[in-house]
Amino acid sequence: MPTEAEILGALSGVRDPELDEPITDLKFVADLRVAEDVVDVRLRLPTPFCAPNFAYLMVADAREAVLSVPGVQRARVTLDDHHASSEINAGMADERGFEGTFPGNTEGESLDELRTIFRRKAFISRQEKLCRTLLAAGYSAAELAQTQLGEVPASEAKEKYLSRREEFGLDVSAKAPLVVDPDGNQIPKDAVVEHLRFARITRVSIEGNAGMCRGLLATRYGIPDPEEATP
Amino acid sequence: MYEKDGEKYFVVDGHIHFWDGSPENQANIHGKQFIECFYGYHSALSPEEYLWPQEKFEKYSEEDIMHDLFEIGYVDVAIFQPTYLKDFYVNGFNTTEQDAVLKEKYPDKFILNGSFDPRSGENGLKALEELVNRYDLKGVKLYTAEWYGRSKGWSLKDYWAKRYLEKCEELGVKNIHVHKGPTITPLNRDAFDVKDVDDAATEFQNLNFIVEHVGLPRLEDFCWIAVQEANVYGGLAVAMPFIYSRPRYFAQIIGELLYWLDEDRILFASDYAIWQPKWLVEMFVDFQIPEDMQGEYGTLTPDIKRKILGLNAASLYDLEVPSEVPQEEAVAAGEAEYPEKPY
Repeated sequence: MPTEAEILGALSGVRDPELDEPITDLKFVADLRVAEDVVDVRLRLPTPFCAPNFAYLMVADAREAVLSVPGVQRARVTLDDHHASSEINAGMADERGFEGTFPGNTEGESLDELRTIFRRKAFISRQEKLCRTLLAAGYSAAELAQTQLGEVPASEAKEKYLSRREEFGLDVSAKAPLVVDPDGNQIPKDAVVEHLRFARITRVSIEGNAGMCRGLLATRYGIPDPEEATP
Repeated sequence: MYEKDGEKYFVVDGHIHFWDGSPENQANIHGKQFIECFYGYHSALSPEEYLWPQEKFEKYSEEDIMHDLFEIGYVDVAIFQPTYLKDFYVNGFNTTEQDAVLKEKYPDKFILNGSFDPRSGENGLKALEELVNRYDLKGVKLYTAEWYGRSKGWSLKDYWAKRYLEKCEELGVKNIHVHKGPTITPLNRDAFDVKDVDDAATEFQNLNFIVEHVGLPRLEDFCWIAVQEANVYGGLAVAMPFIYSRPRYFAQIIGELLYWLDEDRILFASDYAIWQPKWLVEMFVDFQIPEDMQGEYGTLTPDIKRKILGLNAASLYDLEVPSEVPQEEAVAAGEAEYPEKPY
């Protein structure tokens, strides 16, 4: 029988696509039950009006993650207290996919394009976060432009950046340039500062939204609100 | 008017409401969830002494507004931004007509804004014209995530939206406040995307587009548009209260806005009754970018704060500013630089 720890481990690989953080860290997992080979997971979100497309993605990703744990035969993931809870939960139970869950309310490609937009943002934000630590350690912007991934000292920021970069299908080999745009093109030396400036506001935006969502969730469910971190 | 350390500030609250979210007015579960969502924002980001019980928050009185804004809140003029939500509330959540009751009673205290929904077609165009003429409106507030029958939202790029914007231009309604929400169809797109504002701002150069909540949660997309379109402004409703609970994040927002937009296109707002102007004004005037972030984001001067708190909105709405309030050009000391050494 799979353990709760194994299930939680799998769920920690599911991220909020918009906030780029694990749903377990964000405290979106409200309840988890394992009975033999059947797993029940309940998710919750900061407000009843969180965007239904991201809500759907998290529920679907969570289900897939739980099913990937050896020994799990059935996984039921449901969403609590959301304006589209009943649609999403019914759609998930019948495995109807996103279009089938919201018939007539989608157009063209499924949710792939949306997910890609947010993977680009996450990628660029993680890159800026890593570059900041390097600038603080004495690199100049011009040096960053010439730095290869293999030359960057190991750190948590590097690890996260590489994971987003790899997920995004970009070259993560030691010889690959550190500073590239989301299409993989190297940023020229004289454009690095401008590139990082826009990357910075993307990071500020994502981190700010994550802070807001944590605060709203804490208020909604009466759990402690983590204070703002100061360096 | 607010005065501190010998500096005077003319205060325009750019985004306030007079809503009815009470159970009697809720048409369905969505109406209940919507006001609960607002209450969540209120509870999560207000200082404890400003927290209201949910019942008062659902429906507050004329006395509350007059007291909180003008008696203790330092506000000189407040701008009503309606949010109709007719699919969620029996009489609408906060319509122009509701706000007009107060505007008629206290004409110098309030600016009344209207609204339109392009999905109302030809009839709506006529209704907009009547509304504008009846109340002499200079602005509208648009909520693109408004539900309308089966439709879960609209875009400024829609053919009919353009027809309405043309009508606004014709009627002299020059301030277009845009508010994004979560459920715009098609649902497989990003509902908070503000790119449609870019198209509209390019096409309608004579109109001002004030993006409410500075595009949050898409601050980056908003700044990217605002840097290209001179007629795009940022309203600080929802961003302001972070000054209390997340001051470093607030410093980043202000710092980024000053860099991408400069200090002439940022407008103070409380989003009353979600938050109250009293503490926001007091904290904003006292606020400074934290020292360790100044290398990156510069500092805020009284001149910059004066523009944000009231002068910028006064200029959009042709308000007379008392002569005791200095109006010289602010020096953009808050120019954000990307640091060679960020820490």
